[in-house]
Amino acid sequence: MRLGVVTFPGSLDDVDAARAVRIVGAEPMRLWHGEHDLHGVDAVVLPGGFSYGDYLRCGAIARFAPVMTEVIDAAARGMPVLGICNGFQILCESHLLPGALIRNEHQQFVCRDQRLRITNASTAWTNAYEPGAEIVVPIKNGEGGYVADSATLDRLEGEGRVVARYVDVNPNGSLRDIAGICNPGGTVVGLMPHPEHAVESLCGPGTDGLGFFTSALTALLARA
Amino acid sequence: MGVRPVSQASVAFWPMTDRHVDTVELAAASPDLPQPWAELGLRDDEYERIRTILGRRPTGCELAMYSVMWSEHCSYKSSRVHLRRFAELPQETPLGKTLAGIGENAGVIDIGQGWAVTFKMESHNHPSYVEPYQGAATGVGGIVRDILAMGARPVAVMDSLRFGPLDAPDTVRVMTGIVAGVGGYGNCLGLPNIGGEVAFDETYAGNPLVNALCVGVLRHEQLHTAHASGAGNLVLLYGARTGGDGIGGVSVLASETFTTAGDGLSGGPTKRPSVQVGDPFMEKLLIECTLELFAEGLVSGIQDLGGAGLSCATSELASAGDGGMRVRLDQVPLRDSSLAPEEILMSESQERMMAVVEPQHVERFLAVCARWEVEATVVGEVTTGNRLVVSWSEQTVVDVPPRTVAHDGPAYERPIARPAEQDALQADAAERLPRPRTGAELRATLLRMVASPSCADKSWVTNQYDRYVRGNTVLAPPADAGVVRVDEQTGLGVAVATDGNGRFARLDPYAGAQLALAEACRNVAVSGARPLAVTDCLNFGSPEDQAVMWQFERAVQGLTDGCRALGLPVTGGNVSFYNQTGDTPILPTPVVGVLGVLPDVARRVTPHFRFAGQAIWSLGDTRDELSGSQWALVEHGHLGGLPPVVDLRAERALVELLWQSADAGVLAAAHDVSDGGLVLTLVESCLRHGVGACVRLPAGVDPTVALFAESAGRAVVAVAPADEQRFAELAAAHAVPCARIGVVTGADPEPTILLEDLFSVSLAELRTAWEATLPAAMHGEATARPRRAGGSEPAAV
Repeated sequence: MRLGVVTFPGSLDDVDAARAVRIVGAEPMRLWHGEHDLHGVDAVVLPGGFSYGDYLRCGAIARFAPVMTEVIDAAARGMPVLGICNGFQILCESHLLPGALIRNEHQQFVCRDQRLRITNASTAWTNAYEPGAEIVVPIKNGEGGYVADSATLDRLEGEGRVVARYVDVNPNGSLRDIAGICNPGGTVVGLMPHPEHAVESLCGPGTDGLGFFTSALTALLARA
Repeated sequence: MGVRPVSQASVAFWPMTDRHVDTVELAAASPDLPQPWAELGLRDDEYERIRTILGRRPTGCELAMYSVMWSEHCSYKSSRVHLRRFAELPQETPLGKTLAGIGENAGVIDIGQGWAVTFKMESHNHPSYVEPYQGAATGVGGIVRDILAMGARPVAVMDSLRFGPLDAPDTVRVMTGIVAGVGGYGNCLGLPNIGGEVAFDETYAGNPLVNALCVGVLRHEQLHTAHASGAGNLVLLYGARTGGDGIGGVSVLASETFTTAGDGLSGGPTKRPSVQVGDPFMEKLLIECTLELFAEGLVSGIQDLGGAGLSCATSELASAGDGGMRVRLDQVPLRDSSLAPEEILMSESQERMMAVVEPQHVERFLAVCARWEVEATVVGEVTTGNRLVVSWSEQTVVDVPPRTVAHDGPAYERPIARPAEQDALQADAAERLPRPRTGAELRATLLRMVASPSCADKSWVTNQYDRYVRGNTVLAPPADAGVVRVDEQTGLGVAVATDGNGRFARLDPYAGAQLALAEACRNVAVSGARPLAVTDCLNFGSPEDQAVMWQFERAVQGLTDGCRALGLPVTGGNVSFYNQTGDTPILPTPVVGVLGVLPDVARRVTPHFRFAGQAIWSLGDTRDELSGSQWALVEHGHLGGLPPVVDLRAERALVELLWQSADAGVLAAAHDVSDGGLVLTLVESCLRHGVGACVRLPAGVDPTVALFAESAGRAVVAVAPADEQRFAELAAAHAVPCARIGVVTGADPEPTILLEDLFSVSLAELRTAWEATLPAAMHGEATARPRRAGGSEPAAV
């Protein structure tokens, strides 16, 4: 099973995402932003970071990288795609997911161990969790406030497409405490917190993040 | 955040540059032309020396180079005669010879298994006052490039910060900007921030301290150095384009006091353009690109461009090589085409590197840079002979022996005098101040202490830094030291801590420097690591003040003697002078960074108590030492007396006991005792996991001393009952005084710290006091903190 991790100029958590893939027993495949080639991977992770420095709107330039043409095509065909943090921003900019991520309500970058509730445990990236499971993974962002118009938010909630919500503390002012959402098929998931930083008990707040990566393997196996 | 536009720097310094280029030929023909050497910070005898070296007047470009390279910041002209003592220490860590020491961009030490580590700390104090965000950001950027230039991958940063009082009028501006700048740069660069310090004192109000540390790792064979060798090899400049930012920054900003330089706040012309602007995105590309160049073996010599920009890189590379260098300045890619050659030589534009490359590798070098979208340009070549020759439009504008620029700058034996008031200061001991007597008074004192700025929770600062990126962070704040894993297979890792206590150093700079060293070593050792090497950042007032020079000389001697006693080399560091407001210098602030090694980071120890029933042991001797303490500051606003006694033999024994106990797996938790004394250590150890502690203080000791004294050489550890016997044996073997003072208690009915026969206080009350201080000061009413989940939609923004 090969999971691709895209490196854009300014990607930072690509090494972490690749490590998480390796830890769950899959083969990480590094994908380069400038290539129109997914190298035959079975799923794609768009990692965190500051692609192109986030000097324009976050994710707005990365969305036009050559590799994104292939990612968007593959996503349309049902390939599992996980966008973490900057990757979530890129998915929104690519219109693979609705809404947008804006500067944190309190105007500061925030890094903390964040409690989340998994509100949809049937996506390609969350099927390893029990519905309603609470997990702790790091969050770290300056522009992580999820926003969309009320109709979109109502539709996301009505269709069960809110994948995770913040519990106890809403770290960035996201509307309705939304931490992650998915496409109608549950294959494309965008998540502001960082499950790839919670895959080893030694480096991070625990191993609660592993489920996102094992979920993808389960989803792919079910398909095979 | 985008790069801010830079206003045009004045070019009025250069009477001839607009229309005529001041060439070597012209200089020889016009010996009496008036030159702005004084405005550039050179003394008349220094200017005369340049004329003697060259046998003529310098050209404008040569004057620019000498002025920035002979500035205090670059030449260490006031400190060099003292810093030699560091070089006289054995260049050996407890694990063997250092791989590179003082004189390189950063020291490199062997940590075993074929791995090496390089680390260094540098100040960016003055720019961070003028322009807090960019000053702090580029401080991080600069030290990261120093580490990169050694051939290492930067893996972590730390920052040691000093501000004016929290309630001083300018502190919110300065602190908000500096913390956002450290975070903004490091976060975007993808380096975890794994520790540091934040402290407050009124002497930093007009002169904050920003000391940034970076750690890098490399395989032994990857070590690179800054030298230009092999005639015919090409000199490439790569990274960001050169612009008008930071021109003369080192000479104008770092080497004069604000009052004389004119900071825009005291009526003089603004020097804002002298602060560089940072682009962390470019730096991230530069790191990945440079590491790929190293991996492919394309680099013969390398140097980062920091203070003094091209003047520094060209002269240092050339003087460290075996030949000369020719540079075509008109080949340098510019952001601003109107820059004069003098300005190009002085510009401190960030995110630039210079490499020496063999001709057959140039094509591949350019291809790697292109892959990372990093601009690279051949600007010169290594030559036979021993001159650094710079041309501009085919005309020679610099022709100098590079060593005279880079290394043969002036060195001064500045006058030194122990200040007359030092005796009175030391006589005014805090031990004579009134002390709390009753349990209620002691309890109230504790609550004020935990809420005091220097003891309070620092997560308002550290939560703005990414501590997780790269996935190797094993310990980060609020741990005593930052720990990062180096090798995923074996678990090999390093620990780093920085410490400094300006109050102690003010009372006795010799002891103060040693106390900083001892505390940093303890912080590394409580984390389970064996201390190996030292870096320092020496922040002082004006070297032209004899009392400041006395402080400096004493601190350097103290640090040298301390390192010798502990068996540690100083592998690099930085001096920052002229930290003062008017005639008032900052507290002398030697900040010491210590690096240690853990063969397996799974053996790391945290400072946090976790389970009820764990035994609490106190290590080391507590003395009646309150002078310079946080207690004296918070309760009496007092600074006087003598700092705690330093016993380096005892420190060494404690450090050995700590890392060996960690290695033996008998420590459940370990925490250094320092600011605020034993009771603050207990509070911090309880807060993280919300457990309590029941502690009986030793009989016959005054409770103020037992709780709040800051005697050195102490730590608190928690030990599981099954390991107590083994731990006691280890402590005895190392002859470290120890006492079992209590036990960790659970949360039933609520977690409480109980000091038997004195008082008890709930963790909730302590936490409220401890957490509120910084957010309240920075936001007024803590309004801008993350809100609770489950609430209503936010009001209109």
